[in-house]
Amino acid sequence: MTILQQCITIAIIIAATVFTRAVAFVAFPADKPTPKYIQYLGKALPGAAFGMLVIYCLKDCSLFSATHALPELLSIGVICLLHFWKKNMFLSIVGGTAVYMVLVNFFF
Amino acid sequence: MKPHHRSQQKSEPNQATDTSAARGVKARAFKAAFPYTIPIFTGFVFLGIAYGIYMNISGFPPIYPIVMSALIFGGSMEFIAVSLLLSRFNPLGTLLLTLMVHTRHIFYGISMLDKYKDTGKKKAYLIFGMCDESFSINYTADVPKNIDKGWFYFFVTMLNHCYWVLGATLGGVFGELIGFDIEGLEFVMTALLVVIFLDNWIKEKNHISSLSGIALTLICLIIFGSDNFLLPSMICILLFLTIIRRKLEPKLESKDQGENVSEANTDDINETDKTEKGDTAS
Repeated sequence: MTILQQCITIAIIIAATVFTRAVAFVAFPADKPTPKYIQYLGKALPGAAFGMLVIYCLKDCSLFSATHALPELLSIGVICLLHFWKKNMFLSIVGGTAVYMVLVNFFF
Repeated sequence: MKPHHRSQQKSEPNQATDTSAARGVKARAFKAAFPYTIPIFTGFVFLGIAYGIYMNISGFPPIYPIVMSALIFGGSMEFIAVSLLLSRFNPLGTLLLTLMVHTRHIFYGISMLDKYKDTGKKKAYLIFGMCDESFSINYTADVPKNIDKGWFYFFVTMLNHCYWVLGATLGGVFGELIGFDIEGLEFVMTALLVVIFLDNWIKEKNHISSLSGIALTLICLIIFGSDNFLLPSMICILLFLTIIRRKLEPKLESKDQGENVSEANTDDINETDKTEKGDTAS
């Protein structure tokens, strides 16, 4: 690839990224009433989107790998316990990550 | 109503009237936003360094990761971009691949339509910087009543953006010189998203959407494999939520906490409290 072709490639990636982030705001401007179906999706989608992101983070884990995804599953278990117990975002994240690091460095 | 009105006026100061009061609004919003971004600081600097090193050892000068991290600001796509830049020039393929990898941002946009509504000139930047993490934090964070929401969202987005560029720059400039084997630190991003999922779980009255997100994505991951599962997952989620709309919509009605809560809605708040307690107990 020439420098120009590289610049075009990067520009396309930037434009397509901005498009996906902006399209909803352009299609449904704030000064006009948003269709009821889209309003519904706006409320119903986030839960599913967060669930999808959690799985997305774990996409490269396999139950059939050497560790059987145990470090990930155990750490997520710890995060759930910590979070329902203390409801402290920072504590849950630090606790879960620390458990994961200990597991992958010393046990698996 | 009055304090709300006043804070809105403050949130959009003209440059000429950028008084100390307006600066106070920004400073307070910054202080409120910063703690939310600390986990992202760890994750983004770590992953940003990894990305910068990857660019570096793939033969790109530091300006590439710096410009790309600042202007694309989307982690997974930037890693994919490295292999695109190293293969044959293919503009259409690049366009379709980016649209596919980033389709989930359309979901985020639809979800944030309401929250970003009154953010004035900041809106363009909020949309530009709406990565997974900025969306997740800004959707779930409980912005305190005395904090200007627009500036809170702005600082969350801006800090995340800075962390990512900082990491990519360090990795791109110093490359392999950085001693870089803290195994397991990358899990901080997974931990963050799990916590955000749980936070949303605790707040929501009905878990069908959250559960379907996990289940449908998992099924698609098993069927389509880790390289191709995102698009089918999103289609399945969209179809599922559309099919169950009649049943689910009434159950979501009182989810509007924060902005629209008036005295008349106290019943809803009590109900939400009950659900919260019920969830914690189970």
